[in-house]
Amino acid sequence: MVISNWSSVICHAPRRGFTAEDTSAAARFTTHYSLLTTHFLPMHQTFDAALGINLLHANQEGADRNRAHFDEWGITCFNIMSSPGAGKTALLEKTLAALKDNLKIAVIEGDMTTELDADRLRQYDVPVIAINTGRSCHLDSKMVAGGIHQFEHQYNPAEFDLVLVENVGNLVCPAEFEVGEHAKVALLSVTEGEDKPLKYPVMFREADCLLITKIDIAPYLDIDIDTIVANVRQINPNVKIIPVSAKTGEGLENWYEWVKLQANTKTLSPNYH
Amino acid sequence: MHETDMTKALILTVKDWWEAQPEKTKISQIHLIVGQFTCVEPASLEFAFEVQTRNTFLAGAKLAIQETPLIAFCHHCQQEYRPEIGLQYACPQCKAPMEDIRSGRELKIDRIEYSSKDEG
Repeated sequence: MVISNWSSVICHAPRRGFTAEDTSAAARFTTHYSLLTTHFLPMHQTFDAALGINLLHANQEGADRNRAHFDEWGITCFNIMSSPGAGKTALLEKTLAALKDNLKIAVIEGDMTTELDADRLRQYDVPVIAINTGRSCHLDSKMVAGGIHQFEHQYNPAEFDLVLVENVGNLVCPAEFEVGEHAKVALLSVTEGEDKPLKYPVMFREADCLLITKIDIAPYLDIDIDTIVANVRQINPNVKIIPVSAKTGEGLENWYEWVKLQANTKTLSPNYH
Repeated sequence: MHETDMTKALILTVKDWWEAQPEKTKISQIHLIVGQFTCVEPASLEFAFEVQTRNTFLAGAKLAIQETPLIAFCHHCQQEYRPEIGLQYACPQCKAPMEDIRSGRELKIDRIEYSSKDEG
């Protein structure tokens, strides 16, 4: 017996349940042999499957399913993200008040810390689906699927144009978890500082639209909006940037125009092909 | 710590793969490629993985994380450069914004090492 004949065997990984691309097929199959008494016996078999799949594969599949539902119903979906207190709920209030006669809107609310938040939004007579996020620091596609499920049982989704998903207040990980949106909207309030885009770049890289909020108080702060814009532009030259104040209404018309354009043309970001 | 949720997502993905195998196998090591321009901190991921896989099909499995640097490509200068994360992302030569990312956004399960269950 010649040992080298046994040294390694190349075979293919099982493909069941996965695409050829996912498994990339060429799993290595190495068999080690040890000498026991006078015979060669197999003692330990190790396999090495090349996967090459996204760590968030399961979340991504769920996000694609959610988006397929929205597409079927002709709905545009935004994922609205920011740190806590940047003004997501205030922006939603203004948006619902201004656009609910032009567009049929529903809200999936993931950042609801109290019933007060939901009540603030419900007074605009739009469906507000509150989803239980527990202590999670971001929404994932499964939680949003639960919200979509409730939505489709209580309403006729085909009548709707726009679903606004309010994510958990957090500038870090919501950026990595797609929920089925057609565009990511990020908010950054002027009080958070000019350097936040540099420190939390992934959120600003991923955003399709960035609202710089609370600009009415910028004159009282040691902050320069142009510097914020320049910092964001370094990271994402293509993002639409809209400075606004929900309190004075400044800039909101530009935001409403952008929303209407997305809802009517359903412009898909290059990220979502 | 959002790595807890990242780890949940990782375990779900690996479980999908594991359940699709015709025979039950023992996974010994999971090789990840994690880019520096992601929201994942490798040390936190390793900690969360160890805690969350106790008494599961992944008990005892090790996580091997290979980090990839952030590398951008400047179209104006026609060359790659390394942005300084947290400080400067524009091209150091011509100050053009970071347009193309060539490396650093990876969050990938590269490969899984496993053995047959009946191993001695």
